Amino acid sequence: MKKDNLVTQQRVRMQAGRADDGLGPTTDIGSRLRALYGAVQDEGVPDQLLDLLEKLDNAEKAQGGKSTDQGGE
Amino acid sequence: MSAEGTSFKREMLATLPSLRAFAVSLTGKHDKADDLVQDTVMKAWAKQTSFEMGTNIKAWLFTILRNEFYSQMRKRGREVQDSDGVFTERLSVHPPQYGSMDLEDFKAALTKLPDDQREAIILIGASGFSYEEAASICDCAVGTMKSRVSRARTRLTELLKISGESDYGPDAVSAQVTSGNGF
Repeated sequence: MKKDNLVTQQRVRMQAGRADDGLGPTTDIGSRLRALYGAVQDEGVPDQLLDLLEKLDNAEKAQGGKSTDQGGE
Repeated sequence: MSAEGTSFKREMLATLPSLRAFAVSLTGKHDKADDLVQDTVMKAWAKQTSFEMGTNIKAWLFTILRNEFYSQMRKRGREVQDSDGVFTERLSVHPPQYGSMDLEDFKAALTKLPDDQREAIILIGASGFSYEEAASICDCAVGTMKSRVSRARTRLTELLKISGESDYGPDAVSAQVTSGNGF
């Protein structure tokens, strides 16, 4: 639910407030920027990245939910 | 606890495609972008206790990725951004409303922008951030972000106008020749 709201908010924000900056969906620059960006987004996430997330999550679960704050600032 | 970890993971997953597209725009190469995203995921995971659930994870991840990119660039010198520019590879998906030449021209124009302006117009125009979020990601004032985007837009418009006028140049001949080939 919360995530849906966030996505909606982001969409609304993308549509609103764009009229004045020349980057809206009907502008040359805005639509081409999104076409390039979208083409990469649509490739999906490489397996190695999904595996990495999976490993990190499993390692954390195995630790019994202990803090993973080992890298520090 | 493990439920929280899982939801952190889920939120990260949802952001990865956009984060990766931003990484491609910074590095100019898919393989380097994937390395950068991987480093970012590990950094973010290690500092997840400093992230408050419910706040903007997308902006948080973009900030980490951008910091990581510039810190790697400082370490390695400026070889990270390839001269052949942004979004250069494997763009197999050409959205139907654009001819490939059209996007090629646009890519070339993007490459000519200063780094800070290119990054600004991508964060605002493609990633979907507000000026406030983009300013926070780039650690600059909102006014600075607005002026970078505005200058980027002006410059892109000029560059695209110039490439559109190539009809008057020698290209007009080859354009006529190729226009008969069914494309």
